[in-house]
Amino acid sequence: MSNASSAPSHATVLPNGWEMVIGLEVHVELDTKTKLFSASPNHFGDEPNTNIDPVTLGLPGALPVINRRAVELAIRLGLALNCTVQASTFHRKNYFYQDLAKAYQITQYDQPINIDGFMMLPGDVRIGIERAHLEEDTGKSTHFGGTSGRIHGSDYSLVDFNRAGVPLVEIVSRPDIRNADQARQYVSELRSILLAVGASDAKMEEGSMRCDVNVSVRKAGEPFGTRCEIKNVNSIRAVGKAIDYEARRQVDVLESGGTIRQETRHWDDAEGRTHTLRVKEDADDYRYFLEPDLVLLDPGTEWVESIRASLPMLPAARRARLSQLTGADKESEAVYVIVERGQDDFVQLVADAGGEPARALVYVQQAFSEAGANPVVPAKDLAALTLLERDAKVTATQAKTILAEIVANGGGDAVAIAAAKGFEALDTSAVEAMVDAAIAAQPDAWAKYCAGEEKAMGALVGAIMKSSQGKADGKVVTALLQKKRG
Amino acid sequence: MTSEFVSVVDIVGSIREGKTTASDVLEQHLARIDKRETEIHAFNHVMAESARANAASIDADLKAGKERGPLAGVPIALKDNMCTRGVPTTCSSKILEGWKPPYDATVVTRLQQAGAVIVGKTNLDEFAMGSSTENSAFGPTRNPLDASRVPGGSSGGSAAAVAAGFAAASLGSDTGGSIRQPAALCGVVGVKPTYGMVSRQGLVAFASSLDQIGPFTHTVADAALLMEVIGGHDPLDSTSLNQPVPSLTAVLGQGVKGMRIGRLADMPDGCEPEVLARLDAAFAALKAAGATIVDIALPSLSYCLTAYYLVAPAEASSNLARYDGVRYGLRVESADLISMYGATRAAGFGAEVKRRIMLGTYALSAGYYDAYYGKALKVRRLIANDFAAAYQSCDVILTPTSPTVAFPIGEKTSDPLTMYLCDIFTIPTNLAGHAAMSVPFGTGAHSMPVGVQILAPALGEPTMFRVAAELERAS
Repeated sequence: MSNASSAPSHATVLPNGWEMVIGLEVHVELDTKTKLFSASPNHFGDEPNTNIDPVTLGLPGALPVINRRAVELAIRLGLALNCTVQASTFHRKNYFYQDLAKAYQITQYDQPINIDGFMMLPGDVRIGIERAHLEEDTGKSTHFGGTSGRIHGSDYSLVDFNRAGVPLVEIVSRPDIRNADQARQYVSELRSILLAVGASDAKMEEGSMRCDVNVSVRKAGEPFGTRCEIKNVNSIRAVGKAIDYEARRQVDVLESGGTIRQETRHWDDAEGRTHTLRVKEDADDYRYFLEPDLVLLDPGTEWVESIRASLPMLPAARRARLSQLTGADKESEAVYVIVERGQDDFVQLVADAGGEPARALVYVQQAFSEAGANPVVPAKDLAALTLLERDAKVTATQAKTILAEIVANGGGDAVAIAAAKGFEALDTSAVEAMVDAAIAAQPDAWAKYCAGEEKAMGALVGAIMKSSQGKADGKVVTALLQKKRG
Repeated sequence: MTSEFVSVVDIVGSIREGKTTASDVLEQHLARIDKRETEIHAFNHVMAESARANAASIDADLKAGKERGPLAGVPIALKDNMCTRGVPTTCSSKILEGWKPPYDATVVTRLQQAGAVIVGKTNLDEFAMGSSTENSAFGPTRNPLDASRVPGGSSGGSAAAVAAGFAAASLGSDTGGSIRQPAALCGVVGVKPTYGMVSRQGLVAFASSLDQIGPFTHTVADAALLMEVIGGHDPLDSTSLNQPVPSLTAVLGQGVKGMRIGRLADMPDGCEPEVLARLDAAFAALKAAGATIVDIALPSLSYCLTAYYLVAPAEASSNLARYDGVRYGLRVESADLISMYGATRAAGFGAEVKRRIMLGTYALSAGYYDAYYGKALKVRRLIANDFAAAYQSCDVILTPTSPTVAFPIGEKTSDPLTMYLCDIFTIPTNLAGHAAMSVPFGTGAHSMPVGVQILAPALGEPTMFRVAAELERAS
């Protein structure tokens, strides 16, 4: 996944002092072996209606029994989001739909397991987490016939209950997000945290992580406006696009004298727009009441603390650690990417093998985008290469070539590869001769450079690098030019 | 008590001693079914074939010296709202007609492991909603002691099956009195255990926070034995108490000397004088056996009926929403999903079930929750507090089980409110999650049996059974 968190801000700015107010509701499937309330397998992609049992199908007499592992994963996530973990209850949310087997969803209502957390985004932006509660997923309907692919107007529908009863955590942010960039950063960071604590594989493309976005607009400092909920936002990119579209739509409506209806809207990714799904007046009355088939879920302080003690270092802390090791900004793309890939430990290994940390960060980012958390290349081989480059024995370009060879072979001696390829950095006298030749060949450029026009140096450097066939060290060339200008 | 039929304890003993066989015992019961079932209609489904096979296998095992459990060879009937693998389980509703569960309820598994022979599935008020078994989609059950009268309900089929000698014992479910009231009306013993003592796994839910399975038997000792077999923790039911069922068969002879028996100082109106006379006789018998009688008050008693008819329908409206025609049971084909739901549920549910679904849906709806369901929950807390205060001064409480003896078929069907009043003494126990049982104690009007109800606090079964055994000795 491309990293959104560290991308420079190009957030849409609304005209005329309008401000976006955004809250996210993210549903995440927990990575358990079995379902939230039964021993039926929790596994994506199997033949329809194979991962089912009496509880999943809501057969008469079947009773739910809570999955301890799901509770543990929910608590891990809650603690990672700085939530308070509390004794919680389950409610029934009643509505009729063909993929809701019992005609109610078991969910947490007024007493959720995790409350009052927060997440930090770049620039010390604090996003409140209202709650992160447990609930069961529904089955999946597929509609055949008709034109829309939706139930209305279709000839018939098929229901797959494999997903029914899969454990979900719904993470509800406070309306603290102010632009699409922050929303993307939030989702991206949440994904990193989910992966770090092992709560979910968080694959938006497989639906194991799904976002609903609440958007409203207001003039800065005024009370919140009426919000619209956007569904079907299935990628981090779509989160940003849907928010920008919806906020502009609301501003257009308000500036032309209209009012915003509270409604649920559907994001059409192909058209790049939202349209009305249902207005609030049509909303179901879910008739919530305490689920009588379950009892109070009280994890107890001891269990919660043992889970807290077992949490791995979280992404923010790992970024800080990597930043300290390499000197790179903790909000830089490289730091985000490496921690997201889980390769920060490998950078540390290269440093431990005597390598130069800043170069190691660059190499790992370049060479191991597909490698996973633990590249199979010996750390000492990379360490040796960082030293060659640091000591100007090879140029950056040459180092890149050597790195590619080491990666392709699963390891290799950087010195030997450099020698075999004839990558011996030119000594300073040879470079100086080339510098002189370039000055002689381009007197105009030289004159401009001497007159203080720094850009003119580019033409000179380019000519020198060309005549050295890349063997001249760019830093040495620049230093020589500056020295000769006096 | 009725001595015409042999008790569970005696059947087990006779088979074990080789005086008779499981097959012979079964055939005696099947013969009575052949003779009277057409008239009584206790069963939705008689399982003669599988019962004969089971009895034969038990006889073979016993002959070979194998242990087959404490109920080896005992013919037992199940209320038709308990799931039986591969055997129709209808809840006496058209909406489930023909549905065969792919699994057994925990109580069914435990009975089978104990060597019981399941003889059939008994009739009930549809989804256990009623007090006379007249709300069955498959026709009413008649009282074996007077076929012009109801057997009570909702477990009327299970009560009648025992009273008619179709089974040596049976299981029912009790949500607001559905075991105790029919037990009283049919002259048998009926137990509503402490909530959570018997697993609900595989019991088709009516009102989950109130439902509890319990036995019908001829004798108190039989009921104690059945409780020991079906009770105890079940990991498949989250509301199951995490402890073994207390020993009950061992305490039956301990008497009531020194026990404090609570008597309602204010008896609600509407009880037949003969019923009150039998209750007085019960107090006298216990006093004679060494107990003391103390007056107690349950000030919230008058609110219980109302609270029950909000809580139970509310839960039922949710529990019964799954019968939508999508996955199993009846489906009435229709133009689209919503009209299929409507057509299926209109055709599949009877009037009383529809009435309660509507009542419960309303009670839970936005804007009404606080006034109805929320208030009903408060009454549950109040009656629990009342009981807690009462049990400071007494060990058990004695009341009539039903205000009246069995009434004629058709007498109350046109007036649901009068029917609801049948449960006035039984409902508080369910609201509080406590234990109670009905013991036959003589007869009242029309020579029909009268049941005395013993109420005990949660887990008070040992005390309750001691009192029951004493009343049985005195009757």
